[in-house]
Amino acid sequence: MTKWDYDGPILEIDKLSISFFTRLREIPAVMDFSVTVQPGEAMGLVGESGCGKSTVALGVMQDLGVNGRIVGGSIKFKGRDLGEMSAEELRHIRGSEIAMIYQEPMASLNPAMKIGKQLMEVPMIHEGISAKDAWDRALEVVTDVRLPDPKRMLNSYPHQLSGGQQQRIVIAMALMSKPSLLILDEPTTALDVTVEAAVVELVKELGKKYGTSMLFISHNLGLILETCDRLCVMYSGEAVERGSIEDVFDEMQHPYTQALFRSIPLPGADKNARPLVAIPGNFPLPHERPPGCNFGPRCDYFEAGRCDAGDIQMFPVPGNDRHATRCLKFQEIDWNAPMARAVSAEAAEIGRTVLKVDKLKKYYEVAANALFSGHRKVVKANEELSFEAREGETLAIVGESGCGKSTFAKVLMGLETATGGTITLDNSSIEQIPIEKRDTGTVSSVQMVFQNPFDTLNPSMTVGRQIIRALEIFRFGNSEAERRARMLELLDLVKLPRAFAERMPRQLSGGQKQRVGIARAFAGGARIVVADEPVSALDVSVQAAVTDLLMEIQREEKTTLLFISHDLSIVRYLSDRVLVMYLGHVVEMGTTDQVFSPPYHPYTEALLSAVPIADTSVAKKHIVLDGDIPSAMNPPPGCPFQTRCRWKSEVPGNLCETEVPPIRDLGDGHQVKCHLADDLLARMEPVITLAAE
Amino acid sequence: MEPLSWGAILVEILIRFTPVWIGMAAIFALSLTFKRRLGLYGKLFDSTIGMIGFAIVLFWVLTALFSNMIITHDPLVQVSGMKNKLPGTPVPEGTEGLGYYLLGGDNLARDVFSRMVAGSTIVMQIAPVATLFAFMVGITLGLPAAYYGGALDTFLSFLANLILAFPVILLFYLLVTPEIVATGLPTYMAAVLFLFPILFLVVLWNSRFFTQAGKRAAYISVTLVLGLWVYLGVAWNADPLGIISVPPNILIVFVSVVFVNAPTVFRIVRGIALDIKTRDYVAAAQTRGEGPWYTMLWEILPNARGPLIVDFCLRIGYTTILLGTLGFFGLGLAPESPDWGSTINDGRKLLSIYPHPALAPALALMSLVLGLNLLADGLREESLKD
Amino acid sequence: MGLFILRRIVIMILTALCLTFIVFVLTNLQPNLEKLAKTQGNVRMTDEQVATWLEMNGYTDPMLSRYGQWLGLLPGWTREDAEGNVTGRCISRDVPADVAPERCGVLQGDWGWSTVLRDEVSAIIGTRLGLTGILMFWVMLLMVPMALIMGVLAGMREGSRLDRSLSTVSIASTATPEYVSGVILIAVFASSAVGLKWFKGTATSAMDGITFENFTLPVVTIALYGMGYIARMTRASMTEVMTAQYIRTARLKGVSFPNIVLKHALRNALIAPFTVIMLQIPWLLNGVVIVETLFNYKGFGWTLVQAASNNDIELLLGCSVVAVVVVLVTQLISDVGYIFLNPRIRIS
Repeated sequence: MTKWDYDGPILEIDKLSISFFTRLREIPAVMDFSVTVQPGEAMGLVGESGCGKSTVALGVMQDLGVNGRIVGGSIKFKGRDLGEMSAEELRHIRGSEIAMIYQEPMASLNPAMKIGKQLMEVPMIHEGISAKDAWDRALEVVTDVRLPDPKRMLNSYPHQLSGGQQQRIVIAMALMSKPSLLILDEPTTALDVTVEAAVVELVKELGKKYGTSMLFISHNLGLILETCDRLCVMYSGEAVERGSIEDVFDEMQHPYTQALFRSIPLPGADKNARPLVAIPGNFPLPHERPPGCNFGPRCDYFEAGRCDAGDIQMFPVPGNDRHATRCLKFQEIDWNAPMARAVSAEAAEIGRTVLKVDKLKKYYEVAANALFSGHRKVVKANEELSFEAREGETLAIVGESGCGKSTFAKVLMGLETATGGTITLDNSSIEQIPIEKRDTGTVSSVQMVFQNPFDTLNPSMTVGRQIIRALEIFRFGNSEAERRARMLELLDLVKLPRAFAERMPRQLSGGQKQRVGIARAFAGGARIVVADEPVSALDVSVQAAVTDLLMEIQREEKTTLLFISHDLSIVRYLSDRVLVMYLGHVVEMGTTDQVFSPPYHPYTEALLSAVPIADTSVAKKHIVLDGDIPSAMNPPPGCPFQTRCRWKSEVPGNLCETEVPPIRDLGDGHQVKCHLADDLLARMEPVITLAAE
Repeated sequence: MEPLSWGAILVEILIRFTPVWIGMAAIFALSLTFKRRLGLYGKLFDSTIGMIGFAIVLFWVLTALFSNMIITHDPLVQVSGMKNKLPGTPVPEGTEGLGYYLLGGDNLARDVFSRMVAGSTIVMQIAPVATLFAFMVGITLGLPAAYYGGALDTFLSFLANLILAFPVILLFYLLVTPEIVATGLPTYMAAVLFLFPILFLVVLWNSRFFTQAGKRAAYISVTLVLGLWVYLGVAWNADPLGIISVPPNILIVFVSVVFVNAPTVFRIVRGIALDIKTRDYVAAAQTRGEGPWYTMLWEILPNARGPLIVDFCLRIGYTTILLGTLGFFGLGLAPESPDWGSTINDGRKLLSIYPHPALAPALALMSLVLGLNLLADGLREESLKD
Repeated sequence: MGLFILRRIVIMILTALCLTFIVFVLTNLQPNLEKLAKTQGNVRMTDEQVATWLEMNGYTDPMLSRYGQWLGLLPGWTREDAEGNVTGRCISRDVPADVAPERCGVLQGDWGWSTVLRDEVSAIIGTRLGLTGILMFWVMLLMVPMALIMGVLAGMREGSRLDRSLSTVSIASTATPEYVSGVILIAVFASSAVGLKWFKGTATSAMDGITFENFTLPVVTIALYGMGYIARMTRASMTEVMTAQYIRTARLKGVSFPNIVLKHALRNALIAPFTVIMLQIPWLLNGVVIVETLFNYKGFGWTLVQAASNNDIELLLGCSVVAVVVVLVTQLISDVGYIFLNPRIRIS
């Protein structure tokens, strides 16, 4: 079967409904979903986890597994209904006409097959060309996705490549037969921010070059803004709003879209003056959806008797181009009304220094090769870390994978001991005392909130018991009853109903588990709390609530919060001071304002530019870094950032390659570890500029 | 009297098992009624495979329990004239018990049916308890090996591999001989192996309650008193009250079966623990200053229970096979013992002429192991669905 | 890679030494030796005579020294009796004292003398192992391909009817140990009571010439028990691979189902079963012992049973050495093969 020509839209999904069938019931995953993708157009599909966006993609691919079935509507590709095609016809379309790119690049490549063979397979199946032609084609496409040394790449196995390179290979594989439609399912979620930026750039460019239409699925509104022409917002199995990027971002017509935008930290948000507004309540489970509008129970504009009366259709928004919303009241709501202020709070007072870290070093000795242990290698996970943290202060530690931020947390907690330097907590140094030798007071005053909500609680113990255990171990109270009372207070503190004490962790949602984790950390009256990416695994609408809770407890308890994150948006929103790390080094440190405005360290500059921002009024300078983050096992000589730095040519000689830059103070405690001359630093322009409002 | 027809034999056997049928019906009725409230056990009744497996296992458990009511003749008594008689042959006048040998007589003129039923009691006495002990040993050693790693892990893994490299039969032939029993080695091995459960429980309570002195003392002293009493009786045959005692030939069988199973359990526990060790809740326990044994026994172990329960079922089946092997080679158990392995061994000599004395225990053993395997499969399937 | 294999071999030798020492100790316990003295000398020997006999035959040396001698690392013992006759470990009727070598142990190729079968242990083990080798060869030939095919077919489409039935078959097969399946097979196919009489119930004649009639039942009996286990492992591995992302990638780039199974899934799915098959060999050893006893096929397993039940110390030691070496070598092959099959480890 050859590709056929068709003038109309590439993809027309009309009133699509998809359900999964279990032994007990039918679970509708997608309902009444319509979208049209024109040739050359990039369509974004955005929503929180469980909203059905990936199911739509698999529906287009007609690959729903044994339990999934399309129960209504149609999917037309270039005018032909995919649902009516035979298995053989579908097989010809997959890979040659519609290609897909997935979230986990490592998992989507066959580990036991060389990359060249995996690429060549595509045109050989669909176009029947010879192995030699296929090889040439593969070489050409791999060059197109800008991978160094394409021939060697084709002869490698997937595990020999870095994550960013693997994703480029997956993109190359999708483009091998020049498909008309490319489906990208969260293609950059598993990658580091700076690598993500480069991949996104590549996808945009290749989409134009090959004239491919795209269906881009993401939970990240900023990413959608950067890549797509139009978007469709999904909530709980339904499209709630659909339109061009400008219309939806600037003239949103659905309460969910509005709430979503208000709950993400955009430039200008501030934890004290302009706090985020979390969406109340929880995402409904697929079999517990409310009647009428799915968003009804969480909506500020909900009107009983009307919004929950019956199914709601998509309404076209008059005046805009193909803009539609699934809201009965969209013409009545005043979309420009200022948001009902969440209670703005006094900035917490920053007190005396509680924690002082001086020239802290942590080196690991590891076997150079995991299997054939022989000679050993020293990995410098932390190199000369120095900072102070004060009472009531939020100090953010920012960096990508392998920067050493988690190692620092381990040393601070006492799970590892330091190689050199000191950590001073209230005049006593603790860097050499492992956790089992620390006294109860020290242990209870330094506590941690963990990243993965599904992993943070012991699955076989009730929520209450886990908090009581923490109280027991911190020697709180004299009787079980006293501890129980305190446990209930802690549940109140994190705004969970007291009934949750008897629940098992699997009965809680991700955000609720994270709240229990916070309650547990504060059980012993912690004065320093290390929060290791506490919200990065949560959905956008839940993130805001958990972040605000953390801020609120911090303000009340005057806790010092060490907030470890890779997400600059949230860091800017909540931190007082910021520490930027790269490959074990602190490359920049200062107050939030100092770090987020020039002069920057070149890495901070690139990082700022890489973070997608969901605001059309923000203009961003495009700085795309080459390559991947070097491995901590094998760091470059001299400045750790020199392999990717765009300013390197401005430094005379080969200073960057030979010497680790000294820490320089740019005034008011703003420190930068860079060789760049003062006048060059002074000439740096801001990366992010807000258009005049 | 006329010999019974095959149909009549079947009916008579079904009637003999009446207590078992009643028990099974009661347990199934109760379980099906309350299956939503019974956790993993209740979910077993959602899976056909698991339910069949459970039914077979339950059948043999109840048979072992009620064996005295089910057997038709004393399994050790020889009735003259009944040697190698076919199923359904009537016994001579004046013999005690039922008027027929339902499944015929063996080469010593004993009732095959009664021996098969009595054999289930021996299996049910040894296999589950031996497996439980193997688990205690495997867990007590496997958890620290995974948790601490390093030299301890290397050493324990080496030991486990050492035992695993022995072909099982060779090990049995070396361990279960009268000469070895004469040296007292099995007693010493029992003394070591049986210490593990006590050790396990003491550490379990201590790590949990060390912040509350009163509770700790209570739990540990009860464990010690009860544990040491049973320990003296079982391992040293020196129960001060004279209630508990284990015959030496059973003890050696027990010990060698535990010894063979423990290294495999060790490897399984170690593997699971290595995985769970990386979870955040383990890190959370560490950062609040919990001791290593609390982390191992209360944070890691409960979350390994799914795969361990499944393996426990499989391992009881495997232990049954091992017991059969011992019997088959005439090791350990008394020669006239009605256990299935020995009976198969007795019957195999005349197999081509009189297959029935060997077939009955063979089929019994197979069905029990099959039931346990099906049960394990059902449990695995259901626990994954959570 | 070379370093890795070297390390493994060193560990293997260490393990072998430990194991043979344990076996040596367990077979040379005092009660065993006394029994040996009575069978070799006189059944009605007094305790004193037994002690002298043991003394004269070098059994009173320390255990470790005797182990060294048996291994061939230490010089063999020599004794001179009152008449000036020199006896010694390495001295026998054929090898007088003046030409006897200093050391004679396993390392020198001297495995000792079987008291029951009245022959050199090395000669016995050689022939018996050959017979068992033939049996194992046919077992592997039947078992491995069948098991792999069953596993792959079942795991290819998880939950299908084919999967359900094949899985049930393999569960049933793992639940049937050799002594059960052997009995059932003989009863059905060889006993005069049923009347099928397709095959023979013994394999004694197979030692002279293998026929379909005398060899089928032993081979099938061993293969049956191992097959289910390998098939289940293969199935588990296959289902895991079939749900992997890269299989979806292959499906969504238009690869046909047969090609997905053959080109993309099989290689990844067979890595785990390979280890299982290799580790299954020690288990087959058990099966061999049972089946050879059941079918009266006088191979290695039969010899082991004879040696163990008749207190034939040196023959049992020899058998143990062979068994342990077989187990350790298969473990080594499985480790090396795993690395070789898995490019993720091989190239790193």
